[in-house]
Amino acid sequence: MSKVMSRVMNYYAVLAIYKFEMARMRRTLLQSIVTPVLTTSLYFIVFGAAIGSRIQEVGGVGYGAFIVPGLIMLSLLTNSISNASFGIYFPKFSGTVYEVLSAPVSTLEVVLGYVGAAATKAIILGLIILVTAGFFIELRIAHPIIMLLFIVLTALSFSLFGFILGIWADNFEKLSIVPALIITPLVFLGGSFYSTDMLPPVWQSISLMNPVLYLVSGLRWSFYEISEVNVWVSLVGVSLFLLVCLGVVYAIFRTGYRLRP
Amino acid sequence: MTIIEPEVGSTILSVQQLSKVYAGGFEALKSVNLDIKAGEIIALLGPNGAGKTTLISTICGLVQPSSGRVLVAGHDITTDYRITRSLIGLVPQELTTDSFETVWNTVSFSRGLFGRAPDPAHIERVLRSLSLWDKKDNMLRTLSGGMKRRVLIAKALSHEPRILFLDEPTAGVDVSLRRDMWAIVSDLRANGVTIILTTHYIEEAEEIADRIGVINHGELILVEEKRALMAKLGKKQLELELFEPLEGLPTSLAPFGLELSANGLKLIYTFETTESGENNISSVLEALREAGITFKDLHTSQSSLEEIFVGLVNQPADGSARGATK
Ligand SMILES: Nc1ncnc2c1ncn2[C@@H]1O[C@H](COP(=O)(O)OP(=O)(O)O)[C@@H](O)[C@H]1O
Ligand SMILES: [Mg+2]
Repeated sequence: MSKVMSRVMNYYAVLAIYKFEMARMRRTLLQSIVTPVLTTSLYFIVFGAAIGSRIQEVGGVGYGAFIVPGLIMLSLLTNSISNASFGIYFPKFSGTVYEVLSAPVSTLEVVLGYVGAAATKAIILGLIILVTAGFFIELRIAHPIIMLLFIVLTALSFSLFGFILGIWADNFEKLSIVPALIITPLVFLGGSFYSTDMLPPVWQSISLMNPVLYLVSGLRWSFYEISEVNVWVSLVGVSLFLLVCLGVVYAIFRTGYRLRP
Repeated sequence: MTIIEPEVGSTILSVQQLSKVYAGGFEALKSVNLDIKAGEIIALLGPNGAGKTTLISTICGLVQPSSGRVLVAGHDITTDYRITRSLIGLVPQELTTDSFETVWNTVSFSRGLFGRAPDPAHIERVLRSLSLWDKKDNMLRTLSGGMKRRVLIAKALSHEPRILFLDEPTAGVDVSLRRDMWAIVSDLRANGVTIILTTHYIEEAEEIADRIGVINHGELILVEEKRALMAKLGKKQLELELFEPLEGLPTSLAPFGLELSANGLKLIYTFETTESGENNISSVLEALREAGITFKDLHTSQSSLEEIFVGLVNQPADGSARGATK
């Protein structure tokens, strides 16, 4: 007896893709957890101790505490992008993507599976950093809900971005060039480890063109209620970015770009 | 949930004026029309690059059609892809499997992907039928090529499809897998599953198909019942080379329907071979002797499906049409 779903969601497929992707990440679990713990500790030792001994406070917050949202944001962005881009690039490269493309799944279901898994892992790693930071400094989170909202929205939208990157890339170089050459510099220049108030006015204005600044600023506000830009501007900005990425993914599946000749 | 159980004998797949022009401008399918009945086994024959994989890929949703349409169980593959794709299982031509998954997980994954609730008993049946049960916990990358092909078949059967596509299933496959594969095919057919396979081995088509379609240069140039093709195949010819040219056939030879070559030096007798091997050769020879016609040589020939095929696709007769695998 062949029972098929007509127009309802194919939840089994979403679950299958999600579980498959999570299993892929679990295989590198140790590395996945050790890396953020280690790098976070290093950041605290290098930035917190060395620079922190010179910069006592930024905006009324201890320097160690000040950089926590930036550290989380750096990890969220790079992990979201790399998880999601590899998740789709690899099957495309090896040819196994034929199965997903011939399956009764909608764009939404494919996205929920792949992007959902990539975002989940990025969020877990972000929270590990948060916990690790708690060993070095006393954490104070003024708005935990807003913090979670920021973390989730950032992970989702940049996982979507990574998914697009993975579909677009036709070699490994393209896959690694965007995170390395665009995202990391934007994070470092986006006030993750300093306040842009400390910069000359010209650089302050230039920094405002950096989208990552809005993310870091928004997340930092949820911790300490200090921000360079209004938190709502940040929230609306990241939400808009999420919608744009979603639109691009829909266009990709509608036109078959790089997936269906 | 809707239940779709196509009736045996009804049209389960209808390809209508399907054309495909790839991005580079290459016309891989030229207005292909093909109707397939539920429960049928059809073999698509054609040389490399003929468009077999393109046709299958389009029906399965991997390639976008340029024009025309395809209906699966009456549903359009673009607007009702959820229904059509869940009815289809595909074993692709290329051996592509994940490396770090186990056999069990990858087959279970396929079932979920195609929207079916987990059913370990069914997965077990499929794995056993493909001699994969001992290997269920093995990582895919540790398997041999033949085993990987079995895994791809298991994945395609995991969601109990009503139509199974096998794209060059026996290319580079050992004897035991061939045997298992045909056993599965006959099991599936007994359950009313429609099977569409592509091959460039004629024997294979002959062995299992009900109908044979021949594709060349993106055109479906022939679709015929295998029996009808076999009837052509069953025809034999007896050629007699004469010492003296004949002006015409003596009336005593009329009942045998002999042909005389233009120069009058060759007589051709075409006959059917029946199961019992009866024919009129001895009567023909007797009649020739009585008419005083002497011949210096004789030989018989049989047109093979391969010859028919080669003739159709206009390939040189050296067999290059079925040479290298792709
Ligand atoms: N993605 C593609 N882009 C451009 N041309 C393609 C593509 N895929 C296949 N072709 C061309 O289409 C033709 C038919 O290919 P294919 O359907 O794979 O043939 P077959 O399976 O019969 O060997 C070939 O000439 C092939 O080079
Ligand atoms: Mg092919």
